[in-house]
Amino acid sequence: MTATALAPQVLIAGNPNSGKSTLFNALSGGSAHVGNYPGVTVDRTSARVQLGAQDIKLVDLPGMYSLTAGSLEEQLAVNAVIAEDTRAVVCVVDATTLERGLYLALQLIESGVPVVVALNMMDSAERIGLRIDTERLSQLLGSPVIPVVATKRRGLAALRAALDQELGPSSGAAKPKVDYPPELEADVATLIPLISQWRPASHPRQLRAFALWCLLSLGDDSLRDVPDAVRQAVQRVREAAHVQGRNSDLEIVAARYAWIDHAVDQACSTNGRRPRWSERIDRVLTHPFAGLLVFAVVMFGIFEALFAGAEPLIDGIERFTEIIQAQTSAMLPAGVLRDLIVEGIIAGVGNVLVFAPQILMLFLFIGFLEDSGYLARVAFVIDRVMKGVGLHGKAFVPLLSGFACAVPAVMATRTIERRRDRLVTMLALPLMSCSARLPVYILIAGTVFAGQSLGWFSAGAVALFSMYVLSVLFTLTAAALIRRTVLPGPAPTFVLEMPAYRWPSAQILWVNAWRRLRVFLVDAGTIILAMTILLWALLSFPKSADVTEHYAAERDRVEQMALPAAAKTESLQSLRDREAADQLANSFGGRFGHAIEPALRPIGFDWQIGVGIIGAFAAREVFISTLGVVFGIGEANEEAKPLRQALRDARHSDGTPVMTPLSGVSLIIFFLLACQCMSTIAVVRKESGSWKWPVFLFSYMTVLAYVVSFAVYQGGRLLGFG
Amino acid sequence: MKPSLADLLPGQRGQVVSIDCERQLSRRLMEMGLLPGTRIRVVRTAPLGDPIEIRVRNYSLSLRRAEAAKITVTREAVP
Repeated sequence: MTATALAPQVLIAGNPNSGKSTLFNALSGGSAHVGNYPGVTVDRTSARVQLGAQDIKLVDLPGMYSLTAGSLEEQLAVNAVIAEDTRAVVCVVDATTLERGLYLALQLIESGVPVVVALNMMDSAERIGLRIDTERLSQLLGSPVIPVVATKRRGLAALRAALDQELGPSSGAAKPKVDYPPELEADVATLIPLISQWRPASHPRQLRAFALWCLLSLGDDSLRDVPDAVRQAVQRVREAAHVQGRNSDLEIVAARYAWIDHAVDQACSTNGRRPRWSERIDRVLTHPFAGLLVFAVVMFGIFEALFAGAEPLIDGIERFTEIIQAQTSAMLPAGVLRDLIVEGIIAGVGNVLVFAPQILMLFLFIGFLEDSGYLARVAFVIDRVMKGVGLHGKAFVPLLSGFACAVPAVMATRTIERRRDRLVTMLALPLMSCSARLPVYILIAGTVFAGQSLGWFSAGAVALFSMYVLSVLFTLTAAALIRRTVLPGPAPTFVLEMPAYRWPSAQILWVNAWRRLRVFLVDAGTIILAMTILLWALLSFPKSADVTEHYAAERDRVEQMALPAAAKTESLQSLRDREAADQLANSFGGRFGHAIEPALRPIGFDWQIGVGIIGAFAAREVFISTLGVVFGIGEANEEAKPLRQALRDARHSDGTPVMTPLSGVSLIIFFLLACQCMSTIAVVRKESGSWKWPVFLFSYMTVLAYVVSFAVYQGGRLLGFG
Repeated sequence: MKPSLADLLPGQRGQVVSIDCERQLSRRLMEMGLLPGTRIRVVRTAPLGDPIEIRVRNYSLSLRRAEAAKITVTREAVP
């Protein structure tokens, strides 16, 4: 660890879509460490790289258009740039959008840190007839400008050499001088004494850059660690400027772009514009008709892959877990330790791994959409719809993925830029009817609607279809309400760059998807494993000695009866299943089910359903196997006839049947709306960075589920159903 | 009254005169290169009518009509 802390740090900065991460991967050879910046949920990707004679730590900063910061997440970049161990910054500039890229480069150079500009995508620039004199540009910037093509690994040696040199003694090249208006210079001068108290060790150049940064960033920000004195001074200066009819923001940005326009004039020329491929592709992909068609096809493809394509892999993992469980059971002596290992730990690891196929698939898709440039078009095409409920166009893919599974879908909200928009999306999307709910719907609908029909359709199919429609309505309504109440603020702005189309690199897609999966397995996985063990304990303890004794005696009795072998085995199995049911009824979970029965009766459930709901917290489909145990019929799946029969035969204490069509509908709706999924909780904890949001999510969904089920059940009774 | 960016039709060109919106947004637009005097061209409208796509400083940017309405522009005569 000490060695890592001492290694000089080199940052890689750049606009989104500038090929920054590709360059990072090319320089680091794909080996990277993903961590988290303290306090915010932004990945911190870094790698140790040998450069010349020394070891450096290469850090991939999040994509950004400027160093100006309004939020803690944006502040990361500034903090990294001014960090003591930062020796240099590689600023990746897309040569085809040179001006905008130079804005960031200029800001970095102004801050006083040694900068090497990696002028990326030089091949694309040449193709569209853009010629850039890198030597001239380098003179103007006072920093080396190295042409590279990161995807083809061209120019890397020159880049490394330039970086190595920048890490040595300063070359003393003249730095660019942006021509700020004299009034602004006066404002900066008044701020400098305060800034130098805040950052005593800074170089005069840095102080100036910092004063400009404060003028541009402070005011409507949510930054921490800014001294009040600096805040107040900045506010005074800005207000004074405003009174004079000046706009400090405009003065700063316009002066920088004036410098850039001048530099580009000197260093660039175009020899006739050639049409871009991207423009031609866009004529189709954003066409009013063809564009929507392609959109629908691509989205359906992703949906189908997550829904059906991942199925065999998930089944495989589940079967593998069962085999390991059986093998381990056979090897260990019966007892609490064996149960803990088999039903707690191995089941928990299985519960984590089972998400791997969908996470990997979704991130490969999203990576492809993002790197190819189509994700921005998806947002462009569908934003109109998302805007209506206060969401960003980029929320569409995560929401759609919610139909398959909320866990990868919550992770996919990372593509949404602003934290508030991301939170709204991740708090609403668990209401999308995921694939784990389906077996529950099938079991219940098959139990209460067997053979019934509504007009031309079977009642079960109508119930199932309604759940999907309802889930979309509830999700969108929840998003709109959360936006207005819990996370109020300005509507999300939609200012989105539409990058040129590019063919993504398979290797990078894979590396990134794998990184995401690894982070999930370690961070969310730990929480899921712990919760599985906790749930196992709740449903296993305390063990009743009376029950054990009673069934031991029963078994002895059966053993001594003169019965055919097959009949004997069957009786013994039935005893085991009934013992498990009695032990479960006696466990903490079983007692809790009994305790909450008075609350469950008004929505049409009894304590046995209650225990099933508690068990389902592991994963919704576990509801079915828990019910199998509750009703003493052993293993069960959603098609199991004995379980359906047991459900139909279940009676309340007053002799009325538990499962009626009305209570069935109430139960299905409860499952649609309740947050019966600890993995969702775990992943929201991970992605939101605090326990506050998963607790809120669980609470609001549970209350919503209860209230709607109550209204349906009681309303139905008033209308004479059930 | 001068037209806003939202008033320009696909294919029309213009120059930014001023950006009058909430500070976070105006600062962001400016830092992405949209400044008074910057030349722009409206490329297209999204299939459902909003947002719009514009071309500025050699790249494409999409923004909602509500945001575009806060950007005053001059309309260039179509040659």
